Amino acid sequence: MSSDWPLYEVFVRGKRGLNHVHVGSLHAADDEMALHHARDLYTRRNEGVSIWVVKAADITASSPDEKDPFFAPSGDKVYRHPTFYDIPDNVPHM
Amino acid sequence: MSLELKFEETIAHDQRIEPRDWVPDAYRSTMVRMIAQHAHSEIIGMQPEGNWITRAPSLRRKAILLAKVQDEAGHGLYLYSAAETLGADRGELTEKLIAGKQKYSSIFNYPTLTFADVGVIGWLVDGAAICNQVPLCRSSYGPYARAMIRICKEESFHQRQGYELLMTMMRGTPEQREMVQEAVNRWWWPSLMMFGPPDADSSHTAQSMAWKVKRHTNDELRQRFVDMTVPQAEALGVTLPDPELKWNAARGHHDFGEIDWAEFKQVVSGNGPCNAQRVAHRKAAHDDGAWVREAAAAHARKIDERQRSAA
Ligand SMILES: [Fe+2]
Ligand SMILES: [Fe+2]
Repeated sequence: MSSDWPLYEVFVRGKRGLNHVHVGSLHAADDEMALHHARDLYTRRNEGVSIWVVKAADITASSPDEKDPFFAPSGDKVYRHPTFYDIPDNVPHM
Repeated sequence: MSLELKFEETIAHDQRIEPRDWVPDAYRSTMVRMIAQHAHSEIIGMQPEGNWITRAPSLRRKAILLAKVQDEAGHGLYLYSAAETLGADRGELTEKLIAGKQKYSSIFNYPTLTFADVGVIGWLVDGAAICNQVPLCRSSYGPYARAMIRICKEESFHQRQGYELLMTMMRGTPEQREMVQEAVNRWWWPSLMMFGPPDADSSHTAQSMAWKVKRHTNDELRQRFVDMTVPQAEALGVTLPDPELKWNAARGHHDFGEIDWAEFKQVVSGNGPCNAQRVAHRKAAHDDGAWVREAAAAHARKIDERQRSAA
Protein backbone atom coordinates (compact mmCIF):
# COMPACT_ATOMS: atom_id res chain seq x y z
CA MET A 1 0.00 0.00 0.00
CA SER A 2 1.34 3.42 -0.93
CA SER A 3 0.71 4.73 2.56
CA ASP A 4 3.53 2.51 3.80
CA TRP A 5 5.77 4.90 1.92
CA PRO A 6 6.25 8.19 3.75
CA LEU A 7 4.56 11.38 2.58
CA TYR A 8 6.83 14.01 1.02
CA GLU A 9 6.01 17.66 0.39
CA VAL A 10 7.25 19.03 -2.93
CA PHE A 11 8.63 22.51 -3.66
CA VAL A 12 9.44 23.67 -7.18
CA ARG A 13 11.45 26.62 -8.45
CA GLY A 14 9.65 27.67 -11.63
CA LYS A 15 12.62 29.49 -13.11
CA ARG A 16 15.79 31.22 -12.08
CA GLY A 17 15.08 34.26 -9.96
CA LEU A 18 12.01 32.77 -8.26
CA ASN A 19 11.66 31.07 -4.90
CA HIS A 20 10.77 27.44 -4.53
CA VAL A 21 7.01 27.18 -4.06
CA HIS A 22 5.03 24.38 -2.47
CA VAL A 23 3.11 22.49 -5.16
CA GLY A 24 1.74 19.40 -3.43
CA SER A 25 2.78 16.10 -2.00
CA LEU A 26 3.49 12.50 -2.96
CA HIS A 27 4.52 9.20 -1.45
CA ALA A 28 7.90 7.59 -2.06
CA ALA A 29 10.04 4.91 -0.48
CA ASP A 30 13.07 7.18 -0.14
CA ASP A 31 14.39 10.66 -0.94
CA GLU A 32 15.70 9.80 -4.36
CA MET A 33 12.46 8.19 -5.46
CA ALA A 34 10.59 11.20 -4.10
CA LEU A 35 12.66 13.47 -6.39
CA HIS A 36 11.96 11.30 -9.41
CA HIS A 37 8.26 11.10 -8.67
CA ALA A 38 8.15 14.85 -8.10
CA ARG A 39 9.73 15.42 -11.51
CA ASP A 40 7.22 13.11 -13.20
CA LEU A 41 4.24 14.45 -11.32
CA TYR A 42 4.83 18.18 -11.01
CA THR A 43 7.11 19.16 -13.91
CA ARG A 44 5.76 17.38 -16.99
CA ARG A 45 5.67 20.67 -18.90
CA ASN A 46 8.87 22.43 -17.86
CA GLU A 47 7.23 23.89 -14.77
CA GLY A 48 10.47 23.72 -12.85
CA VAL A 49 14.25 24.04 -12.93
CA SER A 50 14.83 22.84 -9.36
CA ILE A 51 12.89 20.62 -6.95
CA TRP A 52 13.06 20.19 -3.20
CA VAL A 53 11.38 17.26 -1.50
CA VAL A 54 11.09 16.95 2.26
CA LYS A 55 9.42 14.33 4.41
CA ALA A 56 6.17 15.82 5.70
CA ALA A 57 7.02 14.41 9.14
CA ASP A 58 10.15 16.61 9.24
CA ILE A 59 8.27 19.88 8.79
CA THR A 60 7.61 21.99 11.86
CA ALA A 61 4.66 24.32 11.34
CA SER A 62 3.01 27.12 13.27
CA SER A 63 -0.60 26.67 14.27
CA PRO A 64 -3.02 27.19 11.37
CA ASP A 65 -4.72 30.06 13.20
CA GLU A 66 -3.74 33.37 11.60
CA LYS A 67 -4.96 35.26 14.67
CA ASP A 68 -2.73 33.12 16.85
CA PRO A 69 -0.87 35.06 19.61
CA PHE A 70 2.25 33.58 18.02
CA PHE A 71 2.00 36.34 15.41
CA ALA A 72 1.17 39.07 17.94
CA PRO A 73 4.73 40.50 18.21
CA SER A 74 4.44 42.03 14.71
CA GLY A 75 0.88 43.26 15.20
CA ASP A 76 1.61 46.49 17.08
CA LYS A 77 4.79 47.65 15.38
CA VAL A 78 3.44 50.11 12.87
CA TYR A 79 6.80 51.91 12.88
CA ARG A 80 8.20 49.01 10.81
CA HIS A 81 6.25 50.30 7.81
CA PRO A 82 7.34 53.25 5.66
CA THR A 83 3.87 54.79 5.81
CA PHE A 84 4.35 55.42 9.55
CA TYR A 85 6.61 58.40 8.76
CA ASP A 86 5.39 61.81 7.63
CA ILE A 87 7.69 63.35 5.07
CA PRO A 88 6.75 66.67 3.41
CA ASP A 89 5.64 66.40 -0.23
CA ASN A 90 8.43 68.70 -1.42
CA VAL A 91 11.13 66.22 -0.43
CA PRO A 92 11.91 64.27 -3.62
CA HIS A 93 12.75 60.59 -4.18
CA MET A 94 11.55 59.28 -0.82
CA MET B 1 -15.19 33.81 18.27
CA SER B 2 -16.45 30.24 18.11
CA LEU B 3 -14.76 27.87 15.68
CA GLU B 4 -17.98 27.38 13.77
CA LEU B 5 -18.48 31.10 13.36
CA LYS B 6 -14.93 31.58 12.17
CA PHE B 7 -15.36 28.85 9.58
CA GLU B 8 -18.55 30.46 8.32
CA GLU B 9 -16.93 33.89 8.18
CA THR B 10 -14.03 32.56 6.15
CA ILE B 11 -16.49 31.11 3.63
CA ALA B 12 -18.65 34.25 3.61
CA HIS B 13 -15.60 36.41 2.83
CA ASP B 14 -14.72 34.12 -0.06
CA GLN B 15 -11.49 33.14 1.62
CA ARG B 16 -10.08 29.65 1.35
CA ILE B 17 -10.24 26.97 4.00
CA GLU B 18 -6.74 25.57 4.49
CA PRO B 19 -5.47 22.26 5.93
CA ARG B 20 -5.57 22.08 9.73
CA ASP B 21 -8.29 24.78 9.93
CA TRP B 22 -11.17 23.71 12.08
CA VAL B 23 -14.06 22.60 9.84
CA PRO B 24 -17.42 20.98 10.65
CA ASP B 25 -17.30 17.18 10.33
CA ALA B 26 -19.84 17.32 7.52
CA TYR B 27 -17.66 19.71 5.51
CA ARG B 28 -14.67 17.44 5.95
CA SER B 29 -16.57 14.31 4.91
CA THR B 30 -18.17 16.11 1.95
CA MET B 31 -14.78 17.31 0.74
CA VAL B 32 -13.17 13.89 1.17
CA ARG B 33 -16.07 12.26 -0.69
CA MET B 34 -15.91 14.82 -3.53
CA ILE B 35 -12.14 14.80 -3.89
CA ALA B 36 -11.82 11.01 -3.61
CA GLN B 37 -14.56 10.47 -6.17
CA HIS B 38 -12.81 12.92 -8.47
CA ALA B 39 -9.40 11.27 -7.93
CA HIS B 40 -10.84 7.81 -8.59
CA SER B 41 -12.43 9.10 -11.82
CA GLU B 42 -9.06 10.30 -13.09
CA ILE B 43 -7.42 6.96 -12.29
CA ILE B 44 -10.21 4.74 -13.65
CA GLY B 45 -10.47 7.15 -16.59
CA MET B 46 -7.02 6.01 -17.76
CA GLN B 47 -8.46 2.62 -18.74
CA PRO B 48 -10.84 3.34 -21.64
CA GLU B 49 -8.19 5.35 -23.49
CA GLY B 50 -5.26 3.26 -22.30
CA ASN B 51 -7.00 0.48 -24.20
CA TRP B 52 -5.84 2.10 -27.47
CA ILE B 53 -2.23 3.02 -26.68
CA THR B 54 -0.72 -0.12 -28.20
CA ARG B 55 -2.96 0.16 -31.25
CA ALA B 56 -2.71 3.88 -32.00
CA PRO B 57 -2.48 4.32 -35.77
CA SER B 58 0.78 6.31 -35.78
CA LEU B 59 3.72 7.09 -33.55
CA ARG B 60 2.47 10.67 -33.28
CA ARG B 61 -0.95 9.55 -32.02
CA LYS B 62 0.65 7.05 -29.67
CA ALA B 63 2.92 9.66 -28.10
CA ILE B 64 -0.03 12.06 -27.69
CA LEU B 65 -2.27 9.39 -26.17
CA LEU B 66 0.47 8.25 -23.78
CA ALA B 67 0.98 11.83 -22.62
CA LYS B 68 -2.75 12.31 -22.17
CA VAL B 69 -3.21 9.14 -20.15
CA GLN B 70 -0.15 10.02 -18.07
CA ASP B 71 -1.72 13.41 -17.34
CA GLU B 72 -4.84 11.67 -16.04
CA ALA B 73 -2.65 9.65 -13.67
CA GLY B 74 -1.15 12.96 -12.55
CA HIS B 75 -4.60 14.46 -11.99
CA GLY B 76 -5.51 11.51 -9.80
CA LEU B 77 -2.35 12.00 -7.75
CA TYR B 78 -2.84 15.78 -7.31
CA LEU B 79 -6.29 15.00 -5.99
CA TYR B 80 -5.27 12.17 -3.65
CA SER B 81 -2.67 14.61 -2.33
CA ALA B 82 -5.45 17.16 -1.65
CA ALA B 83 -7.61 14.50 0.04
CA GLU B 84 -4.72 13.62 2.34
CA THR B 85 -4.61 17.19 3.67
CA LEU B 86 -8.05 16.43 5.16
CA GLY B 87 -6.70 13.42 7.01
CA ALA B 88 -7.74 10.80 4.46
CA ASP B 89 -5.30 7.94 3.88
CA ARG B 90 -4.36 7.32 0.25
CA GLY B 91 -4.12 3.55 0.62
CA GLU B 92 -7.51 3.45 2.29
CA LEU B 93 -9.08 5.47 -0.52
CA THR B 94 -7.77 2.97 -3.07
CA GLU B 95 -9.15 0.12 -0.99
CA LYS B 96 -12.55 1.80 -0.81
CA LEU B 97 -12.57 2.22 -4.59
CA ILE B 98 -11.70 -1.42 -5.11
CA ALA B 99 -14.33 -2.52 -2.60
CA GLY B 100 -16.95 -0.43 -4.41
CA LYS B 101 -17.47 1.80 -1.35
CA GLN B 102 -16.53 4.99 -3.19
CA LYS B 103 -17.70 6.02 -6.63
CA TYR B 104 -16.11 7.38 -9.77
CA SER B 105 -17.64 9.09 -12.78
CA SER B 106 -20.19 6.90 -14.58
CA ILE B 107 -18.73 7.88 -17.97
CA PHE B 108 -15.77 5.54 -17.62
CA ASN B 109 -18.02 2.49 -17.50
CA TYR B 110 -18.60 2.69 -21.25
CA PRO B 111 -16.34 0.78 -23.66
CA THR B 112 -14.01 2.32 -26.26
CA LEU B 113 -14.88 0.34 -29.38
CA THR B 114 -12.93 2.20 -32.08
CA PHE B 115 -10.05 4.66 -32.29
CA ALA B 116 -12.58 7.42 -32.97
CA ASP B 117 -13.63 6.96 -29.34
CA VAL B 118 -10.24 8.35 -28.30
CA GLY B 119 -11.04 11.54 -30.18
CA VAL B 120 -14.60 11.77 -28.93
CA ILE B 121 -13.51 11.24 -25.33
CA GLY B 122 -11.03 14.10 -25.65
CA TRP B 123 -13.61 16.36 -27.25
CA LEU B 124 -16.77 15.53 -25.26
CA VAL B 125 -15.65 13.83 -22.05
CA ASP B 126 -12.71 16.12 -21.34
CA GLY B 127 -14.86 19.00 -22.61
CA ALA B 128 -17.55 18.18 -20.05
CA ALA B 129 -14.87 17.74 -17.39
CA ILE B 130 -13.54 21.24 -18.19
CA CYS B 131 -17.05 22.70 -17.75
CA ASN B 132 -17.28 21.01 -14.39
CA GLN B 133 -13.77 21.83 -13.28
CA VAL B 134 -13.24 25.47 -14.19
CA PRO B 135 -15.62 26.71 -11.46
CA LEU B 136 -13.99 24.31 -8.99
CA CYS B 137 -10.79 26.37 -9.27
CA ARG B 138 -12.65 28.72 -6.88
CA SER B 139 -13.76 25.97 -4.52
CA SER B 140 -13.61 27.00 -0.86
CA TYR B 141 -11.14 24.26 0.03
CA GLY B 142 -7.69 25.63 -0.85
CA PRO B 143 -5.81 22.42 -1.74
CA TYR B 144 -8.70 21.24 -3.94
CA ALA B 145 -8.94 24.60 -5.72
CA ARG B 146 -5.18 24.61 -6.34
CA ALA B 147 -5.23 21.05 -7.69
CA MET B 148 -8.06 22.08 -10.02
CA ILE B 149 -6.01 24.99 -11.37
CA ARG B 150 -3.19 22.63 -12.33
CA ILE B 151 -5.66 20.18 -13.82
CA CYS B 152 -7.55 22.76 -15.87
CA LYS B 153 -4.30 23.99 -17.42
CA GLU B 154 -3.66 20.46 -18.68
CA GLU B 155 -7.21 19.66 -19.81
CA SER B 156 -7.08 22.09 -22.68
CA PHE B 157 -4.47 19.91 -24.41
CA HIS B 158 -6.74 16.89 -23.86
CA GLN B 159 -9.71 18.46 -25.53
CA ARG B 160 -7.78 19.92 -28.43
CA GLN B 161 -5.92 16.71 -29.26
CA GLY B 162 -9.26 14.88 -29.34
CA TYR B 163 -10.91 17.43 -31.59
CA GLU B 164 -7.91 17.53 -33.91
CA LEU B 165 -7.94 13.73 -34.13
CA LEU B 166 -11.62 13.85 -35.15
CA MET B 167 -11.00 16.61 -37.72
CA THR B 168 -8.31 14.43 -39.25
CA MET B 169 -10.68 11.47 -39.46
CA MET B 170 -13.46 13.65 -40.90
CA ARG B 171 -11.09 14.61 -43.74
CA GLY B 172 -10.54 10.89 -44.43
CA THR B 173 -12.66 8.18 -46.05
CA PRO B 174 -16.47 7.82 -45.75
CA GLU B 175 -15.82 4.88 -43.40
CA GLN B 176 -13.71 7.07 -41.14
CA ARG B 177 -16.38 9.77 -41.08
CA GLU B 178 -18.97 7.16 -40.24
CA MET B 179 -16.75 5.89 -37.44
CA VAL B 180 -16.63 9.39 -35.93
CA GLN B 181 -20.40 9.84 -36.16
CA GLU B 182 -20.99 6.44 -34.61
CA ALA B 183 -18.67 7.26 -31.70
CA VAL B 184 -20.43 10.61 -31.18
CA ASN B 185 -23.77 8.79 -31.11
CA ARG B 186 -22.56 6.51 -28.33
CA TRP B 187 -20.82 9.14 -26.19
CA TRP B 188 -23.18 12.14 -26.40
CA TRP B 189 -25.76 11.09 -23.84
CA PRO B 190 -23.31 9.60 -21.33
CA SER B 191 -21.37 12.90 -21.57
CA LEU B 192 -24.49 14.84 -20.57
CA MET B 193 -24.92 12.48 -17.62
CA MET B 194 -21.45 13.45 -16.37
CA PHE B 195 -22.96 16.56 -14.78
CA GLY B 196 -24.94 14.38 -12.40
CA PRO B 197 -28.65 14.08 -11.68
CA PRO B 198 -31.02 16.99 -12.40
CA ASP B 199 -31.01 19.69 -9.72
CA ALA B 200 -34.38 18.56 -8.39
CA ASP B 201 -32.92 15.13 -7.52
CA SER B 202 -29.42 16.15 -6.48
CA SER B 203 -29.06 15.44 -2.79
CA HIS B 204 -25.74 17.23 -2.23
CA THR B 205 -26.02 20.36 -4.37
CA ALA B 206 -27.64 22.78 -1.90
CA GLN B 207 -25.17 22.19 0.93
CA SER B 208 -22.19 22.13 -1.46
CA MET B 209 -23.23 25.48 -2.92
CA ALA B 210 -23.69 27.00 0.55
CA TRP B 211 -20.17 25.92 1.46
CA LYS B 212 -18.91 27.19 -1.91
CA VAL B 213 -17.28 23.85 -2.66
CA LYS B 214 -19.48 23.86 -5.76
CA ARG B 215 -20.28 27.06 -7.62
CA HIS B 216 -22.98 26.05 -10.13
CA THR B 217 -25.75 23.48 -10.18
CA ASN B 218 -25.62 20.33 -12.33
CA ASP B 219 -28.25 21.63 -14.74
CA GLU B 220 -26.51 25.00 -15.19
CA LEU B 221 -23.25 23.30 -16.12
CA ARG B 222 -24.99 20.81 -18.40
CA GLN B 223 -26.69 23.65 -20.27
CA ARG B 224 -23.38 25.48 -20.63
CA PHE B 225 -21.79 22.33 -22.07
CA VAL B 226 -24.58 21.82 -24.62
CA ASP B 227 -24.37 25.45 -25.74
CA MET B 228 -20.58 25.23 -26.13
CA THR B 229 -20.65 21.92 -27.98
CA VAL B 230 -23.30 22.56 -30.64
CA PRO B 231 -21.15 24.92 -32.77
CA GLN B 232 -18.15 22.59 -32.33
CA ALA B 233 -20.21 19.70 -33.70
CA GLU B 234 -21.25 21.84 -36.65
CA ALA B 235 -17.67 22.82 -37.41
CA LEU B 236 -16.69 19.16 -37.25
CA GLY B 237 -19.56 18.09 -39.49
CA VAL B 238 -21.22 15.60 -37.15
CA THR B 239 -24.79 15.41 -35.87
CA LEU B 240 -25.50 15.25 -32.15
CA PRO B 241 -27.96 12.36 -31.68
CA ASP B 242 -30.86 14.34 -30.26
CA PRO B 243 -33.83 15.26 -32.51
CA GLU B 244 -35.07 17.73 -29.89
CA LEU B 245 -31.83 19.69 -29.81
CA LYS B 246 -32.50 23.21 -31.10
CA TRP B 247 -31.78 26.85 -30.37
CA ASN B 248 -34.33 28.57 -28.18
CA ALA B 249 -34.04 32.30 -28.85
CA ALA B 250 -36.32 33.20 -25.93
CA ARG B 251 -34.10 31.39 -23.44
CA GLY B 252 -30.87 32.21 -25.22
CA HIS B 253 -29.92 28.56 -24.86
CA HIS B 254 -30.32 25.28 -26.70
CA ASP B 255 -33.23 23.06 -25.73
CA PHE B 256 -32.40 19.39 -25.60
CA GLY B 257 -34.16 16.07 -25.11
CA GLU B 258 -34.81 14.13 -21.93
CA ILE B 259 -31.81 12.22 -20.54
CA ASP B 260 -32.35 8.54 -19.80
CA TRP B 261 -31.93 8.76 -16.03
CA ALA B 262 -32.83 5.11 -15.61
CA GLU B 263 -29.68 4.22 -17.55
CA PHE B 264 -27.66 6.64 -15.43
CA LYS B 265 -28.91 5.01 -12.23
CA GLN B 266 -28.07 1.57 -13.57
CA VAL B 267 -24.51 2.59 -14.47
CA VAL B 268 -23.93 4.44 -11.19
CA SER B 269 -25.17 1.49 -9.19
CA GLY B 270 -22.67 -0.84 -10.85
CA ASN B 271 -24.55 -2.27 -13.82
CA GLY B 272 -22.96 -0.34 -16.68
CA PRO B 273 -21.26 -2.18 -19.54
CA CYS B 274 -17.76 -2.06 -18.00
CA ASN B 275 -18.13 -1.45 -14.23
CA ALA B 276 -16.91 -4.90 -13.18
CA GLN B 277 -14.02 -4.84 -15.66
CA ARG B 278 -12.83 -1.37 -14.58
CA VAL B 279 -12.73 -2.19 -10.88
CA ALA B 280 -11.22 -5.64 -11.47
CA HIS B 281 -8.47 -4.06 -13.57
CA ARG B 282 -7.73 -1.47 -10.90
CA LYS B 283 -7.60 -4.20 -8.26
CA ALA B 284 -5.27 -6.35 -10.37
CA ALA B 285 -2.92 -3.39 -10.97
CA HIS B 286 -2.90 -2.65 -7.25
CA ASP B 287 -2.30 -6.29 -6.28
CA ASP B 288 0.35 -6.82 -8.94
CA GLY B 289 2.20 -3.74 -7.71
CA ALA B 290 2.32 -4.91 -4.09
CA TRP B 291 5.71 -6.61 -4.37
CA VAL B 292 7.23 -3.50 -5.96
CA ARG B 293 5.99 -1.30 -3.16
CA GLU B 294 7.25 -3.75 -0.55
CA ALA B 295 10.64 -4.20 -2.23
CA ALA B 296 11.18 -0.45 -2.51
CA ALA B 297 10.29 0.02 1.14
CA ALA B 298 12.65 -2.80 2.17
CA HIS B 299 15.44 -1.29 0.07
CA ALA B 300 14.91 2.13 1.63
CA ARG B 301 15.00 0.59 5.12
CA LYS B 302 18.23 -1.25 4.36
CA ILE B 303 19.96 1.87 3.01
CA ASP B 304 18.78 3.82 6.01
CA GLU B 305 20.20 1.20 8.43
CA ARG B 306 23.49 1.04 6.57
CA GLN B 307 23.87 4.82 6.75
CA ARG B 308 23.03 4.82 10.44
CA SER B 309 25.60 2.14 11.30
CA ALA B 310 28.25 3.92 9.20
CA ALA B 311 27.65 7.21 10.99
FE1 LIG C 1 -8.17 14.70 -15.96
FE1 LIG D 1 -8.38 15.00 -19.21
